[in-house]
Amino acid sequence: MARKKEILVGKTSEFTDGGKKIVPNGKSDIGVYFVNGEWHAYQNFCPHQGGPACEGLCMAKVEAIVHDDKTVHGMRFNHDQMHIVCPWHGWEFRMEDGVSSADKSFHLKKYDVEVRGSDVYVLT
Amino acid sequence: MELPTSERSRKEVVDGYSTDKMLAHAARLRDERNFAAFPIIDCDAHHYEAESIAEIAEYIDDEVLYQLAKSNPRILSAGRGTHQPMGGRITRYPLRPLEKTPADGLHRDIHLTNRFMDAMGTDYSVMFPTGLLSAGLESPEMEATLCRAYSRWLIEKIGKHSDRVKVLVQLPFGAPEEAYKMAQEFGDAPGVAGFHVSSVRYNRIHDNAYMKTYALIEEMGKPIALHSGFNSNDPFMKLGEPFIVMHALGFTLFNVLHLCNWICNGLNERFPKLKVVWTESGLAWVPWVAQRLDSDYRMRSSECPMLKKLPSEYIKDMYYTTQPMEMPNDLSLLESTFKVINAETQLLFGSDYPHWDMELPTTIYDLPFLSEKAKRNILGENARKVYNIDVSDRYPNYRPMA
Repeated sequence: MARKKEILVGKTSEFTDGGKKIVPNGKSDIGVYFVNGEWHAYQNFCPHQGGPACEGLCMAKVEAIVHDDKTVHGMRFNHDQMHIVCPWHGWEFRMEDGVSSADKSFHLKKYDVEVRGSDVYVLT
Repeated sequence: MELPTSERSRKEVVDGYSTDKMLAHAARLRDERNFAAFPIIDCDAHHYEAESIAEIAEYIDDEVLYQLAKSNPRILSAGRGTHQPMGGRITRYPLRPLEKTPADGLHRDIHLTNRFMDAMGTDYSVMFPTGLLSAGLESPEMEATLCRAYSRWLIEKIGKHSDRVKVLVQLPFGAPEEAYKMAQEFGDAPGVAGFHVSSVRYNRIHDNAYMKTYALIEEMGKPIALHSGFNSNDPFMKLGEPFIVMHALGFTLFNVLHLCNWICNGLNERFPKLKVVWTESGLAWVPWVAQRLDSDYRMRSSECPMLKKLPSEYIKDMYYTTQPMEMPNDLSLLESTFKVINAETQLLFGSDYPHWDMELPTTIYDLPFLSEKAKRNILGENARKVYNIDVSDRYPNYRPMA
């Protein structure tokens, strides 16, 4: 198997929880995220129309508050499930796997992240 | 601060304002009548809470609505159009004011339009308003005033100064006589590529009052675009919530109604050369309407005595802009829609930029079922013919693809 290319993203100290950094990688950059204590990396290219998905906001998943009698009582954010939101049209992708929250047939291209000591690498 | 007066050239200049100074005479009257001698209670006093709306938002318990309101406090007072930025998820909404344009005499809107055209690869654009899409909901007098002022501004500030940005005269269909006058007065102004009627209205566009306007526009050889939108106060549509329902249906339904009226009242027969462009309603509604009208017409033809062919055949004679183009996972549905509207000659690309659901030319160019010729027609050649756009400045040797 061909060895994956490594890109040095930076130091772990550069990231606060919820932070991200975008690193160049040829035609499409890669967004590297540190969210809820975990590392994620995705291609900065939305499968919808090619927007810069990783340059948008990170937002928690919106859930409806539904009681046992099926009545709805407002909405809340589920901060354990963060989404990457493409700034062009609002398409949302799950941080955990890059899959579109609305249509599972679409997803961001995912990359592996490795942390060695205090250095963060993304493998392409 | 300068306060405008009834004379355009004269302004009242005011240094500051204080309640005490404005109400000094009230204080004098208070003292003359010795109001301090007994209690007086005001049972209807007001404040402008909109000025504190960002603070009021802090008291919203629902965290999702809180985020929406913090991203756009106007949501709490201004109506559902303000939901379009999706709580700031479409970042160009809050960030747009930061973009700088050169102070070179060219209007900012020309600079901004040129930038997004260049980024997308478009050469020319036909410009539409945003807020004034609802002008048809105003009184006839107000609509006429707004449309006249806006059209004059468009011609003076945009149309005369750009070869790439084409403008349309916005006709106040709430005031048919004024619409006719404006078509006469501005129809041949520099940069004017045609006419725009905002579809968001409760006028019967087949009324006899409009016939002379349609005849005039047909004679000019310019198109008339009916641009859809929504009315969040429509008693039927306001039942649609959240905003996605209002947008999915409301943006389409005005043009659905107007198109049905257009066809069934014989306007295609009366004005066969009038180019009508159904703008920003998407496309998926057209097959539905075509089927429905054909089925009903076969049964109720006596209600449409001016028709000489099926409604679906008239549909193929008119024009449609692409956006917001529905993109089903099963592209055969879109391909069928393209057949219903005879897309190769009748479909015109529209980006709707900078709105939240804008589309790039790639949405057409990447469709696998279109030939190269069809793609180029839809992306430019059809509009070149409909809007009579001279492309020789950018394509001096241009020939349509055979």
